[in-house]
Amino acid sequence: MAIKKLGKQTVKLENPPSIISYYSIVGPKEGKGPLKDYFDLILEDDLWGQESWEKAESKMQEECIKAAIDKAGLSSQDIDYLIAGDLLNQIIATAYSARQLAIPYYGLYGACSTMTESLSLGAMLVDGGFADKVACAVSSHFSTAERQFRYPLEYGNQRKMSAQWTVTGAGATILSSYGSGPYVKCITTGKIIDPGITDVANMGGAMAPAAVDTLVTHFQDTGLDPSYYDLIISGDLGYVGKSIVLDLMKEKGYDLTKNYTDCGVEIFDKSEQDTHAGGSGCACSATVYNSYVFKEMAKGKLNKVLIMSTGALHSTLSTQQGESIPGIAHAVAVENTIE
Amino acid sequence: MDKLNKREYKEYAEKKMPKPPYVKNMIMAFIVGGIFCTIGQIILNLMKNNGLDEKMAAAGTAISMVLIGGLLTGLGVYDKIAKIGGAGAAVPITGFANSIVSPAMEFKREGFIFGVASKMFIIAGPVLVYGIGSSIIVGLISLLLR
Repeated sequence: MAIKKLGKQTVKLENPPSIISYYSIVGPKEGKGPLKDYFDLILEDDLWGQESWEKAESKMQEECIKAAIDKAGLSSQDIDYLIAGDLLNQIIATAYSARQLAIPYYGLYGACSTMTESLSLGAMLVDGGFADKVACAVSSHFSTAERQFRYPLEYGNQRKMSAQWTVTGAGATILSSYGSGPYVKCITTGKIIDPGITDVANMGGAMAPAAVDTLVTHFQDTGLDPSYYDLIISGDLGYVGKSIVLDLMKEKGYDLTKNYTDCGVEIFDKSEQDTHAGGSGCACSATVYNSYVFKEMAKGKLNKVLIMSTGALHSTLSTQQGESIPGIAHAVAVENTIE
Repeated sequence: MDKLNKREYKEYAEKKMPKPPYVKNMIMAFIVGGIFCTIGQIILNLMKNNGLDEKMAAAGTAISMVLIGGLLTGLGVYDKIAKIGGAGAAVPITGFANSIVSPAMEFKREGFIFGVASKMFIIAGPVLVYGIGSSIIVGLISLLLR
């Protein structure tokens, strides 16, 4: 019997897992952005001494997970499961990072929604009594994403104004059955919503309806009002998607103007860094949660936060074949106190 | 997607997309494209003044411009010029060189056969196929009309 289920798509965790450690690594561009003081490690060179961008991404993820485990005073043998993913074909950056770590591993592909997808599943594993400690991690890299999804780096073209900039970075969170918080309280798993957008330069527009659907469902399932949270923060909708979310939520009778923002909007300085519609990629939300959000929660400046990574689940082939972009968003409620 | 149907949403989402600065882009394309063409003209004049006939000088100029485009790509400068110049950097033959040299550089890691050689025409390939294809068709038509 699904005794922990709340409403249509939400689960309320009975023994809320605690976030005992988190770590973030970012590339040089992100390290010059508005959140630079929050990141744990800023790379000077986004190749990080490796011979390919893919290897650099894998190294970032591996080092990030190791650092998060280390920060908790644990070793990799103490971790029951690693749940991780990235953007590359066959999530290869994660496979190579997991190869080095020797932790039982579940690989996820949720595009840019992977961070809250892994936190959701990790928290359920801990709450269900299947694990005591779970590592959740993701990575993305501007240069690996560009060559897979778009153009060669040195190719001269003008990016559309609605295009987003893939964040180079990795984020890792360690969940534990014991700890003093912050706690994962509720999880709302998103459905795929496809609003029919085919333009890959408008990811924000493609993902925003999924974000709205998950948010509305979360509030209906839990009976909460948006004002309950100190901060509601989506993954990588960027400026275009954020503005659509505000519009559509208002239409549905929810006012998000006071406490809602998006990681893609926060991570770069739009006017200085020429990132057009904002940041994107798995690491966009992961590095912001695992730095700014959790550090502000530790300081007590934020107490109740709804984090929601958003993903565009298309492939280069589906785009070439003219298919539209399926969007998804998973919400995870993180609070400083259990009750 | 209850309230809005997909077409309405698409129109709405497109309206939300910020517009590029068209006037600025056109002016920059004019200037950057103009600079490339001026360089080409200088090379052409130099070649003609040094004894090449019209046909040879034109071919020599094209070769030189391709060299310049490839060199600027290799030095990591061409993408920055194109970011400012847009079509002004893409349309001249230097842009064609950039579209071949940039994937060749990018996919070096995948080896010289399946990387460099096979990915080299990933951007320029369609231009070559349809460019050469349509020139053959036009050639045949002009032959028939003669």
